[in-house]
Amino acid sequence: MEQKEKLSSKQMLNDLMADHYQSALDAKADGKLVAWATSIAPQELLTTMGINVVYPENQAAAIGARKEAQKFIDHSEGRGYSVDLCSYARVNFGYQQLKKSESQDIPMPDFIYSCSNICHTVLKWYENLAKELNIPLIIFDLPFNHTYDVQDHAAKYMKGQIEEAIKRLETISTKHYGKKVEFDHDKFKAVMEQSNATSQMWKDATMVAKAKPSPLNGFDLFNYMAGIVTNRGTKAGYEVFKAWKEELEAKAAAGLGPWKPGEEEKFRVMWDGIACWPYLGSTYKGLKNNGINMVTSTYPDSWTILYDNGDIEGMAKAYSGIYCNSNLQNGVDRITRIVNEYSLDGIVFHSNRSCKLLDFRQFEQQRQIEEKTGVATVLFDGDQTDPRAFSTEQYNTRIQAFLETLENKKEERRKG
Amino acid sequence: MADIKSLIAEFEKVALNPAKSAAELKKETGKKLIGMFPYHLPEEIVYAAGMLPVGMWGGQTEIKLSNKYLQSFCCSMIKANFEMGMNKTYQKVLDGVVMAAYCDTLKCICEDWKVAVTDMPLIAMYYPQNRKIAAAIDYMGAEFKKAQEQLEAIAGKKVTEADLEAAWEVYEAYRAESRKFVKLVAKMPKTLNATVRHLVIKAAWFMDKKVYTEKLAALNAAIEAAPAEEFNGKKVLVEGIMVEPIALLDAFVENDVCIIGDDLSHQSRMFRIEGRKEGTVYEKMAYRIADAYADPLLLDEKKEHGKELIDMVKEYGADGVVVCAMKFCDPEEYDYPIFKEELEAANIPVLYMEIEQQMESVGQYKTRIQAFAETLA
Ligand code: SF4
Ligand code: SF4
Repeated sequence: MEQKEKLSSKQMLNDLMADHYQSALDAKADGKLVAWATSIAPQELLTTMGINVVYPENQAAAIGARKEAQKFIDHSEGRGYSVDLCSYARVNFGYQQLKKSESQDIPMPDFIYSCSNICHTVLKWYENLAKELNIPLIIFDLPFNHTYDVQDHAAKYMKGQIEEAIKRLETISTKHYGKKVEFDHDKFKAVMEQSNATSQMWKDATMVAKAKPSPLNGFDLFNYMAGIVTNRGTKAGYEVFKAWKEELEAKAAAGLGPWKPGEEEKFRVMWDGIACWPYLGSTYKGLKNNGINMVTSTYPDSWTILYDNGDIEGMAKAYSGIYCNSNLQNGVDRITRIVNEYSLDGIVFHSNRSCKLLDFRQFEQQRQIEEKTGVATVLFDGDQTDPRAFSTEQYNTRIQAFLETLENKKEERRKG
Repeated sequence: MADIKSLIAEFEKVALNPAKSAAELKKETGKKLIGMFPYHLPEEIVYAAGMLPVGMWGGQTEIKLSNKYLQSFCCSMIKANFEMGMNKTYQKVLDGVVMAAYCDTLKCICEDWKVAVTDMPLIAMYYPQNRKIAAAIDYMGAEFKKAQEQLEAIAGKKVTEADLEAAWEVYEAYRAESRKFVKLVAKMPKTLNATVRHLVIKAAWFMDKKVYTEKLAALNAAIEAAPAEEFNGKKVLVEGIMVEPIALLDAFVENDVCIIGDDLSHQSRMFRIEGRKEGTVYEKMAYRIADAYADPLLLDEKKEHGKELIDMVKEYGADGVVVCAMKFCDPEEYDYPIFKEELEAANIPVLYMEIEQQMESVGQYKTRIQAFAETLA
């Protein structure tokens, strides 16, 4: 009997993404409900209801990476959207009107599902979508944590919102299908279990990068991230991350680094912020050509949403406690831990023109982390999808200076 | 008229020199002053604790120190606040500061402030966006309680239910009188020109609200008793966070353009919501947030900002809308394209001006306001 060839995790990921988008498009064509959601929203409720969901941020990233963002951005700016707004939103507003992309199409939503744990911006952005498309808006507002930990009264507020959202999902579904649709609490438990397992597997896979040299070339993280954004609640997502983890472990066991044999990982760094999607190639090469491997970022933890099954307040706290929604001290401590656990030599800070939430704490974060850990850091100006806000030249110059600091620090360490 | 002029002069004096006015307020009342960052905050609790809330809406200051924390694309109002915290302007008069994270910028500012401005107590809050559900009302209650405890520590005094009730009444009276004042501008568009109107409203941020309300009531009564002014200029609504510097307001006056009504965070959005009558003070405060409408800082599921502006244009008999967009202000920038299309569909002329607080010259705005006024029927 012919042995079915084992797919690589990368192929599995490609299939996963293709299937994610295709099934949403098919669902729409079949008259089924489709939602648009933010990237770290409580998808458990939608998954339980069997509602197809697509993530505009993920689509915008794909559009950015395939260098197609400008036309959508131009369209939005033409309507009066400021160049200073998040470029994901500008891409999405353009797509919402043009409805066609070479990179990746998504079905139009029947309702909107937005969670403010990543930023306040998504509340405004999704409020506009709901208005323009004249569809319901379900929001989860997770108070920004000015305290180190999530407070109990905030978790209660979130719990109230989850209960409210369940009722609204029932109403929306019942209306859409013309028959009573109820939220299945048993299925919810199963979904929570799967979501925790997939999250954990994602985290476990990314943690293999702690090995020295790291078997993971961190720019791959950016690819696999699409998987965790879209498939955190699925078994298929779990399988992809499991396969990925096994591949990384095998490489680590064989002492293999991130690149081809002979290409040495000289320095290990973390990337703070989102990728520059239109310049993935240049930003990657700028580091790799200098032997700098981006080993990790704050992303692995952002989608590691873990809680006890059935514990709604715990779930609320997990969603609320992510990096983006945490206070400065908490953020600094997290990155400090990452520096230590991943044996990092440095940090690359992306001052992302789109993301005021991450930017306006970044200077201070950079100072505090440098002071606490002694690692080299560099900050460059860019944008996640707007191609106009990044200069390869400036980037390379900064990376050169960064490299010198990395080398000097290494030399100092060698000399003891 | 003498009455009107002298009352206006009092307000102007206060509003034109915020730092001096705050210092005098402190000296005269012997009370502690608490700085209130922009947008809805529990002023009633500050007042109930025997302290006075003072507005912090940026101002003219040279931006230097804050560049250590903030990139160039941070809104000028908040940058100015941050600067004045760092350069210790505020420390001269304030005994504490309250802020709430109404936007991504404010989330960060609050965190940076903890590091950069350590010599003044900070009360960091969050107001819910999913604000109409019962869980949000409870959440606000818990936030108010926490803030109250921190304020009590600064005041050195416990706040009683009766204190809260009394403060609530002071604020409801202030808000009612302010609503009345903005309506009365139509009667005296010359005397209450754009600059005067602004300064009268602004003075509230640097006075004991009770004293302010009494004076404003006197002004309102005097306006009611006075004959209506004839006015041949144009009337506009202004939309935005706030309109400053003063020279920008003067540009309206010089072009014979009256600000007949406002949809500004610094002004009507603060006082246009009347409190409910039932419930505890915390609940009544929370319901003012739940009942707010068309406020870009508060999630609006139906997004009625455009509708609200169209209704206001009709109500006030405005000839057009001037959008004074605070540069780099996300919440405002998201609303604009939507309400612009709605206003255009309703054939309402719109002038869009991007403003910054620390502008060197307002020359181009003067020209733009003039050109806009000429197009108005
Ligand atoms: S890039 Fe920043 S502002 Fe834009 S959606 Fe993501 S977190 Fe929000
Ligand atoms: S709402 Fe706008 S003006 Fe106010 S702090 Fe935020 S960005 Fe600045």
